[in-house]
Amino acid sequence: MSEFDWKRRHFMSAAAAAAGVVLAPGVTLYGIAAKAREADVPVTSETRWGLLIDVNRCSDGCDACVSACNEENGIEGHGRPATDAQWIRKVQLRDPRTGIEKHFPVMCQHCAEPPCVDVCPTGASFKRADGIVLVDKHICIGCRYCMMACPYKARSFIHENVSEQRPYAPRGKGTVESCTMCVHRVDAGAVPACVEACGERGNGAMLFGDLNDPDSEISQRIATYATRRIRADLGVDPGVWYQNL
Amino acid sequence: MATPIKFREIEGWGPGYLALLAGLGLLVLSGLAAAWFMEHNGHYVTGMNNQIVWGMPHVFAVFLIVAASGALNVASIASVFGKTPYKPLSRLSGLLALTLLAGGLAVLVLDLGRPDRLIVAMTTYNFKSVFAWNIYLYTGFFAVVAVYLWVQMERRMNRYTTVAGWVAFLWRLVLTTGTGSIFGFLVAREAYDAAVMGPLFIAMSFSFGLAIFLLVLMLTYGGTGRPLGDRILKRMGTLLAVFVAAVLYFTAVQHLTNLYAAEHIGVERFILLEGGVYTSLFWWGQVVLGGLVPLALLLLPRFAGSRASIALASILVVLGGLVQVYVIIIGGQAYPLVLFPGMEVASSFMDGEAATYLPSLYEIGLGVSGIAMALLMVALAVKVLPFLPASLADAAIDPHHTRTATTEPAAAGA
Repeated sequence: MSEFDWKRRHFMSAAAAAAGVVLAPGVTLYGIAAKAREADVPVTSETRWGLLIDVNRCSDGCDACVSACNEENGIEGHGRPATDAQWIRKVQLRDPRTGIEKHFPVMCQHCAEPPCVDVCPTGASFKRADGIVLVDKHICIGCRYCMMACPYKARSFIHENVSEQRPYAPRGKGTVESCTMCVHRVDAGAVPACVEACGERGNGAMLFGDLNDPDSEISQRIATYATRRIRADLGVDPGVWYQNL
Repeated sequence: MATPIKFREIEGWGPGYLALLAGLGLLVLSGLAAAWFMEHNGHYVTGMNNQIVWGMPHVFAVFLIVAASGALNVASIASVFGKTPYKPLSRLSGLLALTLLAGGLAVLVLDLGRPDRLIVAMTTYNFKSVFAWNIYLYTGFFAVVAVYLWVQMERRMNRYTTVAGWVAFLWRLVLTTGTGSIFGFLVAREAYDAAVMGPLFIAMSFSFGLAIFLLVLMLTYGGTGRPLGDRILKRMGTLLAVFVAAVLYFTAVQHLTNLYAAEHIGVERFILLEGGVYTSLFWWGQVVLGGLVPLALLLLPRFAGSRASIALASILVVLGGLVQVYVIIIGGQAYPLVLFPGMEVASSFMDGEAATYLPSLYEIGLGVSGIAMALLMVALAVKVLPFLPASLADAAIDPHHTRTATTEPAAAGA
């Protein structure tokens, strides 16, 4: 690990701890990871990271999560919406019978049974033991089969040269990428950038936490309120839950 | 007893042959240049995008790979099903199988985001991926067909032809099932996710492969002035009609099954009724021009059996086949993924809208170069090795011919 990464990691841990402290009582926590993980300690399946999105709190026109993701991961568009990468997008849903509209973010759903991982010929698409689905940029050959297989349209192919890359979020023309659940932040004990931004600049609609820990806030909320997951019928066991959808 | 078939390399370096090599070579080079350009700039210069992730190169590649296994059928009919008149055609059949597959794979690989990482694809496997299985199926196919050709061409090994023929036949059935399953296993895509994809692709391979075989056969024998009998052509023409009908049958099964299930009505409306270019391509390109017209040309007594109708039917089957693969691959992706059944969806990432795709010249150039590559390899191979019988006149290849036919057919090719 480079000197830079190491310093950043410690900084992130400190920032996460600080964020936890300054929150006033009564304000909904947007979740904090238990603690920073040392680089030489492997992740285990004891933890399963997940997200809960309260659709009622998410408003039309707010794109705090999207812009935070782009900033955090160095995703710059080229003004070509059809080919530009989008790791997280705001979806507008309208019931044609009632006219009721809802707005909420959709990103990689970090499935427990991810179709993208099944179909990837080289194993570049993989799932970490803690449930985060990633692409190994070193062995992705750019075949795009994962994009064909993903039920959530969560992946982007990098169609042109990229600049302003972040050291912790490598990208490369000709490979496929998607939401990493800000794995670099999670490993440093912080929450994903979208969740943090939603809490600070948005409406506090997003919650991050350990789905395997029955005492975590995310597990408590899922146990208490009616929630659903997108295309749960496919049996892929997504790690992103939606409340009031 | 019929005299043994004499196989001969084609002779001479006539201007026609040289022009053929030059023309095909030029197409191959322009395809390679297009691939380099797309690679250098990134795929944004193509018509592909994050909605249509597989474009025109995949259409050509899948068409060629499917046709490759089908081209081997002529040899299988001789070795596996024991039809003697097909025996002299076996070598060309095996050769076409190899070259079509090579052309298709070349296009597939050159369209990867990182073709430079081919070695990664060959050394790092995820065995749950049908793509990874296909890498073995394709390389295995090369080996199996190469051995099959060798036992046919090496006199001492001739006795193993039946065994090699069976292995190749079974291998090609598995291979095409694998190609169809690339789509059949896509659980989330409305247009795919169906077991019928495997058998449909097998029927398509029979049809496309035989049509290409017939065209190459007629062109080669016409070009070299070697005799090509009417009876063998007519037999293969009738067989092509059966295969074309089989493709129509599996296509009907695929769509009727979907139409019965309310959840698939959306995608069926899209392909069959409201999909614009995809609907037109399906009905006019795939069904009428690629299916019904060839059937009429091959079966109606008015046309049946004439070289012109067999040639025209074969051309239409090839074009209709390309259209069919286009509708499957591009049309299937153009229909939006259904994340929220029954709801209207919109987003900056084009959720809920039919995707648009306009193939770029580069993609078409790369795709066509795959066909050119296959034909160039055939043109060179028949020059250096004895793949082609000196005569395919009816009397030369069919021991029963003289008993049933009243006159010798015209000797020269069309």
